[in-house]
Amino acid sequence: MRDFDFIRPATISDAIAAAAGPGSAYLAGGTNLLDLMKGGITSPERIVDITRLPELNRIETLDDGGLRIGALVRNADLAHDPAFAKAYPAVAEALLSGASAQLRNAATVGGNLLQRTRCSYFYDTASACNRREPGSGCSALGGENRLHAILGWSDACIATHPSDFCVPLVALDTVVEIEGKEGRRHVTLEEFHRLPGDTPQRETMLEPGELIVAVRLPAEAASFAAHARYLKVRERTSYAFAVVSAAAALVVDRGKIRGARLALGGVAAKPWRARSAEAALLGADADEASFVRAADAALADASPSGDNAFKIELARRIVVRALMAAKAGTPERMPALPASPFSSIPGVRHDA
Amino acid sequence: MTTLPISLTVNGYRHELEVDTRVTLLDLLRERLELSGTKKGCDRGQCGACTVLVDGKRINSCLALAVSHDGAEVLTIEGVAHGEELHPVQAAFIAHDGFQCGFCTPGQIMSTLGLIAEGQAGDDPERIREGLSGNICRCAAYGGIVEAVLEARQHLAGTGRRTAA
Repeated sequence: MRDFDFIRPATISDAIAAAAGPGSAYLAGGTNLLDLMKGGITSPERIVDITRLPELNRIETLDDGGLRIGALVRNADLAHDPAFAKAYPAVAEALLSGASAQLRNAATVGGNLLQRTRCSYFYDTASACNRREPGSGCSALGGENRLHAILGWSDACIATHPSDFCVPLVALDTVVEIEGKEGRRHVTLEEFHRLPGDTPQRETMLEPGELIVAVRLPAEAASFAAHARYLKVRERTSYAFAVVSAAAALVVDRGKIRGARLALGGVAAKPWRARSAEAALLGADADEASFVRAADAALADASPSGDNAFKIELARRIVVRALMAAKAGTPERMPALPASPFSSIPGVRHDA
Repeated sequence: MTTLPISLTVNGYRHELEVDTRVTLLDLLRERLELSGTKKGCDRGQCGACTVLVDGKRINSCLALAVSHDGAEVLTIEGVAHGEELHPVQAAFIAHDGFQCGFCTPGQIMSTLGLIAEGQAGDDPERIREGLSGNICRCAAYGGIVEAVLEARQHLAGTGRRTAA
């Protein structure tokens, strides 16, 4: 690992000033950054440790009924906050389906948004990767790519965004609060992550030196609390990234869908909001036929980027199953295996 | 090489150290403080062998920069027993054959201490398995580990009640 300067600012403005120069990186939980530094994928010259900024550590209810979550709140603390888990159960379930208990104790809200893809060619510095080294090519194209993107990919990059947390967040219209030299600004999470296009190295809307200070859930996000689930297919039961995942949230009134939110994980370089599927659900009967139509709409533009055509059908099925689970209702208690499709869901076929 | 002074309390002993900014908490424990009970398995946060408690919470010490934990209280496997008397979690791992080669065991035990303190799993074997999924055992002693955790948790809960009464 290359030598670096280590700065521990006392205020947000000091942090932003310290990180203004090129080669700077913010350190929070460090669970992804240290991994990247050990592998030589990232080599910052200056680390700005933001873990001692108390104003980033709060969860606050806003005057408009929304919720503001500080960027430094640890994943475990947020998921186990009883009021939070009750109001936003799919978000808590997604958090608890990600990583391990040790990592969730360290990893933060802001860091989760900014974690890098787990594409193995991005991690292997001997491979070509346009995301790591612009213009070098993409070894994943034609390589081992069965877990790569099926939506929004380009010939420059077929990597996926690995976050679980971001999937229900994007479904619930989360807004990212960003501070930089020019002051504070807000970007929707849906806009925050970029699709690769010709510039996969530009992963988010953050400008150099900018800092995520919080994310905000609008008041409406809590209206789905009774019918909100996150489901995640993994290659082992626990402690694995999603092959495909879905967050589904419904408002159901006398059998009709009055509100619908749907997003997919593991399918694209960003958490994938399925707005066409939401439009298909609004006003429809809350039944399997409607959910199948919504799944078809959600995957209408999908195409394999390699040996991963199976993910398109898998994503359709996980969408249907997540919507069935959401319709059945949020469980009273967090399932023993959060987000596992192998937990029984009342009224859902085992082979769905 | 850039170094910084830090203060760290490990197993109740306070240390004032000048450390290379690049050193992980894991390497500091093993190489500087000679506490080699905490194991270096994958060194990338994937196996859990390096699990320690920092300010009461279990983390992967391989993914923690020592300089970022200035002032922290760390508990490692060396600080778990009281002299010659094993902690109930340690005793239960022995009673239930919760290991074979033993390399992952310090991490399993530290993770179990974290799990029990978190209070989420109760006596549900499925929740215990999920709660310990960040600790890989390549000898696959999982059956014994879960039995050990169940017994230790019940023992500790019982002790708590007696103390309260």
